[in-house]
Amino acid sequence: MRIFEPHAHMTSRTTDDYEAMAAVGVKAIVEPAFWLGQPRSSVGTFVDYFNSLLGWEPFRASQFGIAHHCAIALNPKEANDPALRDGVLELLPRYLVKDRVVAVGEVGYDAMTPEEDQVLAAQLALGIEHDLPVLVHTPHRDKLAGVRRSIDVVRESGLPPERVLLDHNNELTVREAKDSGCWVGFSIYPNTKMDEDRMVAVLREEGTDRMVINSAVDWGRSDPLKVAKTANAMHQAGFSEDEIDKVVWRNPIAFYGQSGRLQLEQGEEATETFAGNSILRGEKAG
Amino acid sequence: MSGVSLALLTGILREHLDSRAASWLDDAIAAVKSDAGAVRTWFPAAARKVGTASLDVRDHDGGEPWSADEAARTALLAALGARVTEEIDDLYRYGDAAERRAILRSLHLLPVGDAATTLVLDALRTNDERLVAASLGPYAVDHLDDSSLRQAVLKCVFMGIPLARIPDLETRADAELARMLAAYAHERVAAGRDVPNDVWPWIDRFPPEAELAAIADELHANAHSRRRAAAAALAQHDASRRRN
Repeated sequence: MRIFEPHAHMTSRTTDDYEAMAAVGVKAIVEPAFWLGQPRSSVGTFVDYFNSLLGWEPFRASQFGIAHHCAIALNPKEANDPALRDGVLELLPRYLVKDRVVAVGEVGYDAMTPEEDQVLAAQLALGIEHDLPVLVHTPHRDKLAGVRRSIDVVRESGLPPERVLLDHNNELTVREAKDSGCWVGFSIYPNTKMDEDRMVAVLREEGTDRMVINSAVDWGRSDPLKVAKTANAMHQAGFSEDEIDKVVWRNPIAFYGQSGRLQLEQGEEATETFAGNSILRGEKAG
Repeated sequence: MSGVSLALLTGILREHLDSRAASWLDDAIAAVKSDAGAVRTWFPAAARKVGTASLDVRDHDGGEPWSADEAARTALLAALGARVTEEIDDLYRYGDAAERRAILRSLHLLPVGDAATTLVLDALRTNDERLVAASLGPYAVDHLDDSSLRQAVLKCVFMGIPLARIPDLETRADAELARMLAAYAHERVAAGRDVPNDVWPWIDRFPPEAELAAIADELHANAHSRRRAAAAALAQHDASRRRN
Protein backbone atom coordinates (compact mmCIF):
# COMPACT_ATOMS: atom_id res chain seq x y z
CA MET A 1 0.00 0.00 0.00
CA ARG A 2 1.19 3.51 -0.83
CA ILE A 3 -0.03 6.41 1.27
CA PHE A 4 0.03 10.15 0.70
CA GLU A 5 -0.61 11.73 4.11
CA PRO A 6 -2.28 15.01 3.18
CA HIS A 7 -2.27 16.66 6.63
CA ALA A 8 0.25 15.99 9.41
CA HIS A 9 1.94 18.43 11.81
CA MET A 10 5.24 16.58 11.92
CA THR A 11 6.92 19.44 13.80
CA SER A 12 5.15 18.05 16.88
CA ARG A 13 6.15 14.42 16.26
CA THR A 14 9.24 12.35 16.90
CA THR A 15 11.58 10.83 14.37
CA ASP A 16 10.20 7.44 15.44
CA ASP A 17 6.87 8.53 14.03
CA TYR A 18 8.42 9.11 10.61
CA GLU A 19 9.93 5.64 10.80
CA ALA A 20 6.61 4.04 11.78
CA MET A 21 4.77 5.92 9.03
CA ALA A 22 7.28 4.80 6.42
CA ALA A 23 6.87 1.21 7.61
CA VAL A 24 3.11 1.22 6.85
CA GLY A 25 3.55 2.75 3.39
CA VAL A 26 3.59 6.53 3.85
CA LYS A 27 5.63 7.89 0.94
CA ALA A 28 4.66 11.55 1.02
CA ILE A 29 3.38 14.09 3.53
CA VAL A 30 1.94 17.57 3.41
CA GLU A 31 2.50 19.53 6.62
CA PRO A 32 0.21 22.56 6.78
CA ALA A 33 1.26 25.53 8.89
CA PHE A 34 -0.82 25.81 12.01
CA TRP A 35 -0.53 26.93 15.62
CA LEU A 36 1.65 25.30 18.21
CA GLY A 37 -0.70 24.54 21.08
CA GLN A 38 0.00 27.80 22.80
CA PRO A 39 -0.22 31.20 21.18
CA ARG A 40 2.93 32.71 19.70
CA SER A 41 3.90 36.18 20.84
CA SER A 42 5.86 37.55 17.89
CA VAL A 43 6.09 37.48 14.11
CA GLY A 44 9.68 36.25 14.28
CA THR A 45 8.63 32.85 15.57
CA PHE A 46 6.63 32.38 12.37
CA VAL A 47 9.79 32.92 10.33
CA ASP A 48 11.54 30.15 12.23
CA TYR A 49 8.50 27.91 11.97
CA PHE A 50 8.11 28.39 8.21
CA ASN A 51 11.85 27.84 7.73
CA SER A 52 11.58 24.61 9.68
CA LEU A 53 8.70 23.44 7.49
CA LEU A 54 10.87 24.07 4.43
CA GLY A 55 14.19 22.86 5.77
CA TRP A 56 14.43 20.67 8.82
CA GLU A 57 11.20 18.68 8.40
CA PRO A 58 11.82 17.71 4.74
CA PHE A 59 15.24 16.56 5.86
CA ARG A 60 13.92 14.49 8.74
CA ALA A 61 11.30 12.92 6.44
CA SER A 62 13.83 12.18 3.70
CA GLN A 63 15.81 9.99 6.10
CA PHE A 64 12.91 7.54 5.86
CA GLY A 65 12.21 7.94 2.16
CA ILE A 66 9.25 10.24 2.74
CA ALA A 67 8.75 13.26 0.48
CA HIS A 68 7.77 16.17 2.73
CA HIS A 69 5.87 19.19 1.42
CA CYS A 70 4.13 21.98 3.25
CA ALA A 71 1.33 24.48 3.10
CA ILE A 72 1.98 28.00 4.40
CA ALA A 73 -0.52 30.38 5.98
CA LEU A 74 -1.53 32.32 9.03
CA ASN A 75 -3.79 29.98 11.01
CA PRO A 76 -7.31 31.10 11.97
CA LYS A 77 -6.69 31.14 15.71
CA GLU A 78 -3.74 33.52 15.54
CA ALA A 79 -5.47 35.59 12.88
CA ASN A 80 -7.26 37.06 15.89
CA ASP A 81 -4.06 38.39 17.45
CA PRO A 82 -3.50 41.98 16.29
CA ALA A 83 0.19 41.74 17.25
CA LEU A 84 0.70 39.00 14.66
CA ARG A 85 -1.86 39.45 11.93
CA ASP A 86 -0.42 42.07 9.61
CA GLY A 87 3.21 41.03 10.13
CA VAL A 88 2.56 37.40 9.26
CA LEU A 89 0.37 38.26 6.26
CA GLU A 90 3.25 40.39 4.95
CA LEU A 91 5.63 37.42 5.25
CA LEU A 92 3.49 35.01 3.27
CA PRO A 93 4.36 36.15 -0.28
CA ARG A 94 8.03 35.36 0.40
CA TYR A 95 7.14 31.79 1.28
CA LEU A 96 4.31 30.99 -1.12
CA VAL A 97 6.73 31.05 -4.06
CA LYS A 98 8.96 28.26 -2.73
CA ASP A 99 9.39 24.85 -4.34
CA ARG A 100 7.92 22.61 -1.68
CA VAL A 101 4.98 24.85 -0.83
CA VAL A 102 2.06 23.02 -2.43
CA ALA A 103 -0.87 24.97 -0.95
CA VAL A 104 -1.97 27.92 1.10
CA GLY A 105 -3.03 26.49 4.47
CA GLU A 106 -4.37 25.94 6.98
CA VAL A 107 -6.68 28.88 6.59
CA GLY A 108 -10.29 28.97 7.73
CA TYR A 109 -12.33 29.62 10.84
CA ASP A 110 -11.77 29.03 14.53
CA ALA A 111 -14.21 31.31 16.35
CA MET A 112 -15.74 32.87 13.20
CA THR A 113 -14.73 36.43 14.08
CA PRO A 114 -14.65 39.40 11.67
CA GLU A 115 -10.82 39.23 11.85
CA GLU A 116 -10.94 35.61 10.69
CA ASP A 117 -13.25 36.61 7.82
CA GLN A 118 -10.76 39.20 6.67
CA VAL A 119 -7.68 36.96 6.96
CA LEU A 120 -9.41 34.06 5.22
CA ALA A 121 -10.46 36.23 2.30
CA ALA A 122 -6.95 37.70 2.02
CA GLN A 123 -5.37 34.24 1.95
CA LEU A 124 -7.85 32.84 -0.59
CA ALA A 125 -6.74 35.75 -2.77
CA LEU A 126 -3.12 34.70 -2.21
CA GLY A 127 -4.08 31.24 -3.48
CA ILE A 128 -5.28 32.80 -6.72
CA GLU A 129 -2.26 35.10 -7.00
CA HIS A 130 0.26 32.29 -6.44
CA ASP A 131 -1.68 29.67 -8.39
CA LEU A 132 -1.89 27.42 -5.35
CA PRO A 133 -4.72 25.25 -4.02
CA VAL A 134 -5.98 26.14 -0.54
CA LEU A 135 -6.45 23.91 2.51
CA VAL A 136 -9.39 25.17 4.58
CA HIS A 137 -9.64 24.09 8.22
CA THR A 138 -13.26 23.98 9.44
CA PRO A 139 -13.91 24.93 13.07
CA HIS A 140 -14.44 22.54 15.95
CA ARG A 141 -17.06 24.71 17.58
CA ASP A 142 -20.31 25.30 15.66
CA LYS A 143 -18.94 23.11 12.87
CA LEU A 144 -21.84 22.95 10.42
CA ALA A 145 -22.28 26.72 10.51
CA GLY A 146 -18.52 27.04 10.00
CA VAL A 147 -18.52 24.75 6.97
CA ARG A 148 -21.38 26.71 5.40
CA ARG A 149 -19.65 30.01 5.99
CA SER A 150 -16.40 28.64 4.57
CA ILE A 151 -18.18 27.49 1.41
CA ASP A 152 -19.76 30.94 1.02
CA VAL A 153 -16.42 32.70 1.39
CA VAL A 154 -14.77 30.33 -1.11
CA ARG A 155 -17.53 31.12 -3.60
CA GLU A 156 -17.07 34.85 -3.13
CA SER A 157 -13.29 34.53 -3.53
CA GLY A 158 -13.49 33.44 -7.16
CA LEU A 159 -11.22 30.47 -6.44
CA PRO A 160 -12.61 27.43 -8.30
CA PRO A 161 -14.00 24.95 -5.75
CA GLU A 162 -11.82 22.12 -7.07
CA ARG A 163 -8.80 24.10 -5.85
CA VAL A 164 -10.09 24.03 -2.27
CA LEU A 165 -9.99 21.20 0.26
CA LEU A 166 -12.45 21.61 3.13
CA ASP A 167 -10.97 19.64 6.00
CA HIS A 168 -12.18 18.04 9.25
CA ASN A 169 -15.62 17.04 8.00
CA ASN A 170 -18.00 14.64 9.70
CA GLU A 171 -21.34 12.91 9.11
CA LEU A 172 -23.27 16.16 9.38
CA THR A 173 -21.10 18.27 7.05
CA VAL A 174 -20.06 15.83 4.33
CA ARG A 175 -23.07 16.31 2.08
CA GLU A 176 -22.87 20.10 1.89
CA ALA A 177 -19.08 20.02 1.58
CA LYS A 178 -19.31 17.60 -1.31
CA ASP A 179 -22.11 19.51 -3.04
CA SER A 180 -19.93 22.64 -2.96
CA GLY A 181 -17.54 21.06 -5.48
CA CYS A 182 -14.61 21.33 -3.07
CA TRP A 183 -12.43 18.40 -2.02
CA VAL A 184 -13.65 16.88 1.22
CA GLY A 185 -11.17 16.00 3.97
CA PHE A 186 -11.61 13.91 7.10
CA SER A 187 -9.29 13.69 10.09
CA ILE A 188 -9.17 10.29 11.76
CA TYR A 189 -8.43 10.65 15.46
CA PRO A 190 -8.31 8.36 18.49
CA ASN A 191 -11.04 10.12 20.50
CA THR A 192 -12.35 13.13 18.64
CA LYS A 193 -13.14 14.00 15.02
CA MET A 194 -13.69 10.81 12.92
CA ASP A 195 -12.74 7.20 13.62
CA GLU A 196 -11.99 4.40 11.15
CA ASP A 197 -15.39 2.69 11.21
CA ARG A 198 -17.37 5.91 10.91
CA MET A 199 -15.12 6.91 8.01
CA VAL A 200 -15.86 3.65 6.22
CA ALA A 201 -19.59 4.25 6.72
CA VAL A 202 -19.27 7.76 5.22
CA LEU A 203 -17.31 6.44 2.22
CA ARG A 204 -19.98 3.80 1.64
CA GLU A 205 -22.72 6.41 1.59
CA GLU A 206 -20.92 9.23 -0.23
CA GLY A 207 -18.47 7.36 -2.48
CA THR A 208 -14.76 8.05 -2.93
CA ASP A 209 -14.76 10.94 -5.41
CA ARG A 210 -12.95 14.02 -4.04
CA MET A 211 -12.64 12.31 -0.62
CA VAL A 212 -9.37 12.63 1.28
CA ILE A 213 -8.43 11.22 4.69
CA ASN A 214 -5.65 12.29 7.03
CA SER A 215 -4.33 11.72 10.54
CA ALA A 216 -3.89 15.46 11.25
CA VAL A 217 -1.35 14.44 13.89
CA ASP A 218 -0.14 17.22 16.14
CA TRP A 219 0.87 17.73 19.77
CA GLY A 220 -2.45 16.36 21.04
CA ARG A 221 -3.67 12.80 21.31
CA SER A 222 -3.42 11.66 17.72
CA ASP A 223 -2.04 8.72 15.75
CA PRO A 224 0.26 9.02 12.71
CA LEU A 225 -0.86 5.59 11.47
CA LYS A 226 -4.56 6.45 11.22
CA VAL A 227 -4.61 6.67 7.41
CA ALA A 228 -3.15 3.16 7.17
CA LYS A 229 -5.60 1.92 9.79
CA THR A 230 -8.52 3.43 7.92
CA ALA A 231 -7.26 1.85 4.68
CA ASN A 232 -7.28 -1.49 6.49
CA ALA A 233 -10.81 -0.87 7.72
CA MET A 234 -11.82 -0.10 4.12
CA HIS A 235 -10.23 -3.36 3.01
CA GLN A 236 -12.12 -5.32 5.65
CA ALA A 237 -15.34 -3.60 4.65
CA GLY A 238 -14.90 -4.85 1.08
CA PHE A 239 -13.48 -1.80 -0.71
CA SER A 240 -11.22 -2.80 -3.61
CA GLU A 241 -7.49 -2.07 -3.59
CA ASP A 242 -8.07 0.40 -6.42
CA GLU A 243 -10.67 2.34 -4.40
CA ILE A 244 -8.36 2.40 -1.37
CA ASP A 245 -5.46 3.61 -3.52
CA LYS A 246 -7.69 6.35 -4.87
CA VAL A 247 -8.54 7.65 -1.39
CA VAL A 248 -5.12 7.37 0.26
CA TRP A 249 -2.89 8.16 -2.74
CA ARG A 250 -4.41 9.41 -5.99
CA ASN A 251 -6.95 11.83 -4.51
CA PRO A 252 -4.51 13.84 -2.36
CA ILE A 253 -2.05 13.89 -5.26
CA ALA A 254 -4.75 15.16 -7.60
CA PHE A 255 -5.54 17.94 -5.14
CA TYR A 256 -2.03 19.08 -4.20
CA GLY A 257 -0.74 18.31 -7.70
CA GLN A 258 -2.66 21.37 -8.87
CA SER A 259 0.25 23.36 -7.43
CA GLY A 260 2.59 21.83 -10.01
CA ARG A 261 5.14 21.60 -7.20
CA LEU A 262 4.89 18.02 -5.87
CA GLN A 263 8.26 16.25 -5.91
CA LEU A 264 7.38 12.68 -5.07
CA GLU A 265 10.52 11.09 -6.48
CA GLN A 266 12.77 12.98 -4.05
CA GLY A 267 11.46 10.97 -1.14
CA GLU A 268 13.38 7.96 -2.35
CA GLU A 269 16.86 9.40 -1.93
CA ALA A 270 17.66 10.28 1.64
CA THR A 271 20.13 13.11 2.03
CA GLU A 272 22.98 12.30 4.33
CA THR A 273 23.22 15.47 6.32
CA PHE A 274 21.34 18.63 6.99
CA ALA A 275 23.48 21.63 7.95
CA GLY A 276 26.09 19.19 9.15
CA ASN A 277 23.73 17.05 11.24
CA SER A 278 22.38 13.64 10.46
CA ILE A 279 19.49 12.43 12.49
CA LEU A 280 20.34 8.88 11.52
CA ARG A 281 23.48 9.17 13.62
CA GLY A 282 22.04 9.18 17.08
CA GLU A 283 25.17 10.52 18.74
CA LYS A 284 24.95 13.77 16.80
CA ALA A 285 21.24 14.35 17.28
CA GLY A 286 20.09 17.21 19.51
CA MET B 1 -21.91 40.55 39.78
CA SER B 2 -20.18 37.75 41.65
CA GLY B 3 -16.49 37.64 42.43
CA VAL B 4 -14.58 37.86 45.67
CA SER B 5 -13.49 41.30 46.88
CA LEU B 6 -9.83 42.17 47.26
CA ALA B 7 -10.26 42.76 51.01
CA LEU B 8 -11.85 39.36 51.58
CA LEU B 9 -9.29 37.56 49.42
CA THR B 10 -6.24 39.11 51.06
CA GLY B 11 -7.83 38.68 54.50
CA ILE B 12 -8.23 34.95 53.98
CA LEU B 13 -4.74 34.73 52.52
CA ARG B 14 -3.26 36.48 55.58
CA GLU B 15 -5.04 34.08 57.95
CA HIS B 16 -3.44 31.22 56.06
CA LEU B 17 0.17 32.50 55.94
CA ASP B 18 2.77 31.77 58.61
CA SER B 19 4.83 34.70 59.86
CA ARG B 20 7.67 34.12 57.41
CA ALA B 21 5.40 34.03 54.37
CA ALA B 22 3.45 37.01 55.70
CA SER B 23 6.59 39.07 56.07
CA TRP B 24 7.67 38.10 52.53
CA LEU B 25 4.31 39.35 51.27
CA ASP B 26 4.71 42.63 53.21
CA ASP B 27 8.17 43.12 51.74
CA ALA B 28 6.93 42.31 48.25
CA ILE B 29 4.04 44.75 48.45
CA ALA B 30 6.30 47.50 49.79
CA ALA B 31 8.88 46.87 47.07
CA VAL B 32 6.27 47.00 44.32
CA LYS B 33 4.71 50.17 45.74
CA SER B 34 8.03 51.98 45.71
CA ASP B 35 9.16 50.65 42.32
CA ALA B 36 6.61 49.18 39.90
CA GLY B 37 9.34 47.37 37.93
CA ALA B 38 10.14 45.29 41.02
CA VAL B 39 6.97 43.30 40.35
CA ARG B 40 8.88 41.51 37.58
CA THR B 41 11.00 39.65 40.14
CA TRP B 42 8.65 39.44 43.14
CA PHE B 43 5.61 38.25 41.21
CA PRO B 44 7.19 35.10 39.72
CA ALA B 45 8.61 34.10 43.17
CA ALA B 46 5.27 34.08 44.99
CA ALA B 47 4.43 30.38 44.85
CA ARG B 48 7.65 29.25 46.49
CA LYS B 49 7.26 31.87 49.23
CA VAL B 50 3.57 31.55 50.14
CA GLY B 51 2.81 28.06 48.86
CA THR B 52 0.08 26.84 46.56
CA ALA B 53 -2.52 25.57 49.04
CA SER B 54 -6.19 25.98 48.19
CA LEU B 55 -7.87 28.70 50.24
CA ASP B 56 -11.45 28.46 51.37
CA VAL B 57 -12.65 31.16 49.01
CA ARG B 58 -14.22 31.14 45.54
CA ASP B 59 -15.60 33.75 43.19
CA HIS B 60 -18.98 32.04 43.20
CA ASP B 61 -20.58 28.74 44.22
CA GLY B 62 -19.25 26.14 41.82
CA GLY B 63 -16.14 28.18 41.01
CA GLU B 64 -12.58 27.04 41.60
CA PRO B 65 -11.08 27.84 44.99
CA TRP B 66 -8.37 30.50 44.96
CA SER B 67 -4.88 29.25 45.79
CA ALA B 68 -2.46 31.02 48.13
CA ASP B 69 -0.06 31.95 45.33
CA GLU B 70 -2.88 33.32 43.17
CA ALA B 71 -4.10 35.45 46.06
CA ALA B 72 -0.58 36.71 46.84
CA ARG B 73 0.06 37.53 43.20
CA THR B 74 -3.24 39.37 43.05
CA ALA B 75 -2.17 41.41 46.08
CA LEU B 76 1.04 42.36 44.26
CA LEU B 77 -0.84 43.40 41.14
CA ALA B 78 -3.26 45.42 43.24
CA ALA B 79 -0.28 47.11 44.93
CA LEU B 80 0.70 48.51 41.54
CA GLY B 81 -2.43 50.65 41.58
CA ALA B 82 -2.97 52.49 38.32
CA ARG B 83 0.48 51.41 37.10
CA VAL B 84 -0.77 47.84 36.75
CA THR B 85 -1.67 48.60 33.13
CA GLU B 86 2.02 49.31 32.40
CA GLU B 87 3.19 45.95 33.73
CA ILE B 88 0.41 43.43 33.30
CA ASP B 89 0.83 42.65 29.59
CA ASP B 90 4.51 41.78 29.98
CA LEU B 91 3.90 39.86 33.20
CA TYR B 92 1.44 37.78 31.22
CA ARG B 93 3.63 37.46 28.15
CA TYR B 94 6.65 36.25 30.10
CA GLY B 95 4.59 34.41 32.71
CA ASP B 96 4.47 30.67 33.29
CA ALA B 97 1.11 28.92 33.56
CA ALA B 98 0.67 29.67 37.27
CA GLU B 99 1.52 33.36 36.80
CA ARG B 100 -0.88 33.60 33.90
CA ARG B 101 -3.63 31.93 35.89
CA ALA B 102 -3.16 34.41 38.73
CA ILE B 103 -3.32 37.35 36.31
CA LEU B 104 -6.46 36.02 34.63
CA ARG B 105 -8.19 35.39 37.95
CA SER B 106 -7.29 38.82 39.35
CA LEU B 107 -8.64 40.96 36.51
CA HIS B 108 -11.97 41.87 38.10
CA LEU B 109 -10.06 43.19 41.14
CA LEU B 110 -7.72 45.49 39.20
CA PRO B 111 -8.17 48.94 37.61
CA VAL B 112 -7.55 47.66 34.10
CA GLY B 113 -10.75 48.77 32.38
CA ASP B 114 -11.47 46.95 29.13
CA ALA B 115 -7.81 46.64 28.15
CA ALA B 116 -7.23 43.22 29.71
CA THR B 117 -9.80 41.61 27.42
CA THR B 118 -6.90 40.85 25.07
CA LEU B 119 -5.31 38.68 27.78
CA VAL B 120 -8.55 36.75 28.21
CA LEU B 121 -8.77 36.22 24.47
CA ASP B 122 -5.16 35.04 24.37
CA ALA B 123 -5.84 32.50 27.12
CA LEU B 124 -8.93 31.33 25.28
CA ARG B 125 -6.79 30.64 22.21
CA THR B 126 -4.64 28.17 24.16
CA ASN B 127 -5.40 24.51 24.51
CA ASP B 128 -4.44 24.57 28.18
CA GLU B 129 -7.51 23.98 30.30
CA ARG B 130 -5.86 25.56 33.33
CA LEU B 131 -5.69 28.85 31.44
CA VAL B 132 -9.07 28.54 29.78
CA ALA B 133 -10.77 27.84 33.11
CA ALA B 134 -8.93 30.69 34.85
CA SER B 135 -9.79 33.13 32.08
CA LEU B 136 -13.54 32.64 32.45
CA GLY B 137 -14.01 34.54 35.69
CA PRO B 138 -16.15 37.57 36.54
CA TYR B 139 -14.03 39.85 34.32
CA ALA B 140 -14.57 37.73 31.22
CA VAL B 141 -18.28 37.37 31.81
CA ASP B 142 -18.45 41.16 32.15
CA HIS B 143 -16.23 42.07 29.20
CA LEU B 144 -16.35 39.46 26.42
CA ASP B 145 -18.65 40.25 23.53
CA ASP B 146 -21.51 37.83 22.85
CA SER B 147 -19.75 35.90 20.13
CA SER B 148 -16.51 35.44 22.11
CA LEU B 149 -18.44 34.43 25.21
CA ARG B 150 -20.38 31.77 23.30
CA GLN B 151 -17.18 30.44 21.74
CA ALA B 152 -15.64 30.28 25.21
CA VAL B 153 -18.58 28.29 26.55
CA LEU B 154 -18.31 25.84 23.65
CA LYS B 155 -14.59 25.58 24.28
CA CYS B 156 -15.29 24.59 27.90
CA VAL B 157 -17.65 21.88 26.69
CA PHE B 158 -14.97 20.57 24.32
CA MET B 159 -12.32 20.59 27.02
CA GLY B 160 -14.48 19.04 29.74
CA ILE B 161 -14.48 22.17 31.91
CA PRO B 162 -17.80 22.14 33.84
CA LEU B 163 -20.01 25.04 32.79
CA ALA B 164 -20.79 25.60 36.47
CA ARG B 165 -17.28 27.09 36.68
CA ILE B 166 -18.42 30.15 34.73
CA PRO B 167 -19.92 32.79 37.06
CA ASP B 168 -23.25 34.38 36.19
CA LEU B 169 -23.56 32.51 32.91
CA GLU B 170 -27.32 32.92 33.23
CA THR B 171 -26.84 36.64 32.58
CA ARG B 172 -25.19 35.94 29.22
CA ALA B 173 -26.74 32.70 27.93
CA ASP B 174 -28.84 33.37 24.84
CA ALA B 175 -30.71 31.60 22.05
CA GLU B 176 -27.65 31.44 19.81
CA LEU B 177 -25.66 29.71 22.55
CA ALA B 178 -28.52 27.22 22.97
CA ARG B 179 -28.48 26.54 19.23
CA MET B 180 -24.72 26.02 19.16
CA LEU B 181 -24.84 23.65 22.12
CA ALA B 182 -27.71 21.67 20.60
CA ALA B 183 -25.90 21.47 17.24
CA TYR B 184 -22.89 20.14 19.11
CA ALA B 185 -25.06 17.57 20.91
CA HIS B 186 -26.36 16.45 17.50
CA GLU B 187 -22.82 16.17 16.16
CA ARG B 188 -21.87 13.96 19.13
CA VAL B 189 -24.92 11.74 18.59
CA ALA B 190 -24.19 11.42 14.86
CA ALA B 191 -20.70 10.25 15.83
CA GLY B 192 -22.20 7.64 18.15
CA ARG B 193 -20.78 9.43 21.19
CA ASP B 194 -22.17 10.63 24.49
CA VAL B 195 -23.19 14.22 25.15
CA PRO B 196 -21.80 16.15 28.15
CA ASN B 197 -24.60 16.33 30.69
CA ASP B 198 -24.27 19.98 31.64
CA VAL B 199 -25.25 21.38 28.22
CA TRP B 200 -28.96 20.56 28.56
CA PRO B 201 -30.02 23.29 31.03
CA TRP B 202 -28.51 25.93 28.74
CA ILE B 203 -30.18 24.39 25.67
CA ASP B 204 -33.53 24.41 27.47
CA ARG B 205 -33.40 28.13 28.22
CA PHE B 206 -34.13 28.76 24.53
CA PRO B 207 -35.02 25.36 23.01
CA PRO B 208 -33.82 25.30 19.37
CA GLU B 209 -36.49 23.29 17.57
CA ALA B 210 -34.57 22.26 14.45
CA GLU B 211 -31.53 20.99 16.31
CA LEU B 212 -33.59 19.11 18.90
CA ALA B 213 -35.69 17.52 16.15
CA ALA B 214 -32.50 16.48 14.36
CA ILE B 215 -31.33 14.70 17.52
CA ALA B 216 -34.69 12.90 17.81
CA ASP B 217 -34.41 11.88 14.12
CA GLU B 218 -31.17 10.08 14.95
CA LEU B 219 -33.37 7.44 16.67
CA HIS B 220 -34.06 6.23 13.12
CA ALA B 221 -30.48 6.39 11.80
CA ASN B 222 -29.05 3.40 9.92
CA ALA B 223 -26.10 2.96 12.24
CA HIS B 224 -26.86 1.25 15.53
CA SER B 225 -24.29 3.44 17.31
CA ARG B 226 -26.18 6.59 16.27
CA ARG B 227 -29.56 5.21 17.40
CA ARG B 228 -28.07 4.20 20.74
CA ALA B 229 -26.39 7.58 21.25
CA ALA B 230 -29.65 9.35 20.38
CA ALA B 231 -31.62 7.33 22.91
CA ALA B 232 -29.03 8.04 25.60
CA ALA B 233 -28.96 11.77 24.81
CA LEU B 234 -32.75 12.08 24.83
CA ALA B 235 -32.99 10.22 28.15
CA GLN B 236 -30.37 12.57 29.58
CA HIS B 237 -32.27 15.56 28.25
CA ASP B 238 -35.53 14.35 29.87
CA ALA B 239 -33.78 13.80 33.20
CA SER B 240 -32.28 17.29 33.00
CA ARG B 241 -35.70 18.83 32.33
CA ARG B 242 -37.22 17.00 35.30
CA ARG B 243 -34.45 18.29 37.56
CA ASN B 244 -34.77 21.92 36.52
